[in-house]
Amino acid sequence: MLYTELLGVLLFFLASFVLAIPLGKYIARVYAGEKTLLDPIFNPIERTFFRLSGIDASRQMNWKQHLLALLTINMIWFLLAMFILMNQSWLPLNPDGNPNMSADLAFNTSISFIVNCNLQHYSGESGVSYFSQIFALMFLQFVSAATGMAAAAVLFNAMKERISDKLGNFYDYFVKSATRILLPLCVIVSVILLFRGTPMTWEGKDSIITMEGDTVQVSRGPAAAFVAIKHVGTNGGGFFGVNSAHPFENPDYFTNIVEMIAQTIIPFAMIFALGFYLKRKRLSWMIFSVMTLGFALLVIPTIISEVQGNPAIDAMHVDQSLGAMEGKEIRFGAAASAYWSIITTVISTGSVNAMHDSTMPVSGLTQLLSMMVNAIYGGCGVGVLNFYIFIILGVFISGLMVGRTPEFMGKKIEAREVKIAMIVALFHTFLILGGTALAAFIFTLHPDIGWLNNPGFHGFSEMLYEYTSSSANNGSGFEGLGDNTPWWNISTGIILLLSRFIPIIGPIAIAGILANKKYIPESAGTLKTDTGTFGLMVFAVMVIITALSFFPALTLGPIAEYFSLYSF
Amino acid sequence: MKEHILPAIKLSLICILFFSGIYTSLIWGIAQFSPNQGKGFVVKDRDHIYYENIGQAFYSDQYFWSRPSAVSYNAAGSCGSNKGPSNADYLALVQSRIDTFMVHNPGIKKFDIPVDLITASGSGLDPHISPEAARIQVKRIANKRHLTEEKINNVVNECIEKPFLGLFGPEKVNVLRLNLKLEQL
Repeated sequence: MLYTELLGVLLFFLASFVLAIPLGKYIARVYAGEKTLLDPIFNPIERTFFRLSGIDASRQMNWKQHLLALLTINMIWFLLAMFILMNQSWLPLNPDGNPNMSADLAFNTSISFIVNCNLQHYSGESGVSYFSQIFALMFLQFVSAATGMAAAAVLFNAMKERISDKLGNFYDYFVKSATRILLPLCVIVSVILLFRGTPMTWEGKDSIITMEGDTVQVSRGPAAAFVAIKHVGTNGGGFFGVNSAHPFENPDYFTNIVEMIAQTIIPFAMIFALGFYLKRKRLSWMIFSVMTLGFALLVIPTIISEVQGNPAIDAMHVDQSLGAMEGKEIRFGAAASAYWSIITTVISTGSVNAMHDSTMPVSGLTQLLSMMVNAIYGGCGVGVLNFYIFIILGVFISGLMVGRTPEFMGKKIEAREVKIAMIVALFHTFLILGGTALAAFIFTLHPDIGWLNNPGFHGFSEMLYEYTSSSANNGSGFEGLGDNTPWWNISTGIILLLSRFIPIIGPIAIAGILANKKYIPESAGTLKTDTGTFGLMVFAVMVIITALSFFPALTLGPIAEYFSLYSF
Repeated sequence: MKEHILPAIKLSLICILFFSGIYTSLIWGIAQFSPNQGKGFVVKDRDHIYYENIGQAFYSDQYFWSRPSAVSYNAAGSCGSNKGPSNADYLALVQSRIDTFMVHNPGIKKFDIPVDLITASGSGLDPHISPEAARIQVKRIANKRHLTEEKINNVVNECIEKPFLGLFGPEKVNVLRLNLKLEQL
């Protein structure tokens, strides 16, 4: 029994890995503008896109123009989403008669979907209409993922070995990411889901009488199309309240495999795409290995602690051989749920197939750490951007150690770049710890405020998790937190905005500045960045920054809970 | 920024039309060829219609019970308990579930109660229980229905769904299908 569960976990990883390499090659070709198989379909479609919107997709942009275009279009999406969510009650496709969102909830939800986070302070069944799901939220899932990927494409372009400020066209990268990469994958995934039981209907709730004679309702909706992009775009926002734990959203073990691969494949592929694009495959392998090392260190203890189960339930002398099953589904089992909880937190998907709030303290710790590091695989496009920051810091520190001006890809890294990198790295820490400290302070003033579903250390973890998830643009939650209040909606909304755009602006600025610098060909004295030694260096930088920043907060939450639950 | 606003608005509208409109219509079109036209898989029993994937609450002694649920199996919504592992109230609730189970299932041993029967699922709608959770209820159902345990055990064995491709993931039993089969005995 346990053996088939572990075999399943192995399959998730290997299948994603094997599929990601050819996809990475394809992505590199798309961004380099080379010929691909899908050209005959997408060339005319994209030409129509650009002609109708009056965009010259061949105009080269420098890094500032890229960021301007990116931020402008994101602002328009925000206004659009706010309008739809606050008027959904009278807009079409609302068979269940769901009400308008309040202003603070709409603010949080719009931002959360624009920044690819998908923190959900509403519940899909009762909080949004089908119109909002499809025309606001699902639309944002496509375009936010494409935004992240376009930003990564700019980075790829800037890392070329030459001197230039011409870094391609933002709209070109953006549209191609959505049409050529996201869309085909979504069609495949949603068709598989359809035939395994995920609904795709415009009909509202059904009413049935159960075998015991109770009358219950069953929520349905156009879920299959939505669930596909939710994973392919590493968005994570579920159609139904409990996300991929819902038996319609993730009907069986096979769909679980498909959804797992769907969310893993683009983040994996982007790493390989970088190598194919720059013709530096060793660099890709270095990055992938460092990330996989980090991933293994997080996922293995999680699986062990979930499979072992809750010691407090062991003390009741029942059969806990299935593992810790509170908040988990039988069709996935403890091992697959544990694996998913780490994939979804490292990759910033934030979809869940089990409730993280009910996982063991070790798992809570690893889930939090995954989002605190926030540079292992990472979300659609932005994973590479986040890791780039750590590379810059790694190069800088190694340069200091050997007493030479640090260089990366033939460009000198100087004070300005390192300052930007350090601001980006520390801002993440500041947002998480600052937010949690404020919330904890308010809670101590008003202990009866009704936020927390659990007392003690675990309650603190619920608050810490919410801000960590926001700042990592992840979107999963310790869902016991009563988070649909103005405080949580507005404070996390602001953190989401900052934590999305600073880590996009920072790396693009660094890469843009470097692209314009003098190119120094590699020599015997150059620090090699595609070696195992340098990989370990970057890994050490990640570990040190994370440990120094977050150890005290983690001690108050999951670590304290661990020592209270396990008696020695 | 000005030069970007108008193109950005136009591009956004085209993207909505394409990704929300055309993509969704395409998938909806394909759904018309899927089982029950994408309205959720159903099981028909005489004039009753049930959803195969949506668990139901079973509490009579004559039926196999489902897992505890935070939403009482009303699929108008979905929710887990979100109780942390060290929460004292939660642990007391689990203990009371064990006690209730012991009262309704005389003659079974406490350390044989599988954990899925005393813990709430993530969705609150879990349609499955583990094979062990089905087997441990056989004695109670056999007594209640005046049938042999062997007969009920056969029903359970017929309903066990093997791991995916026989290799990946856990074994499970769909409680609704199990109880429908039970009614046919």
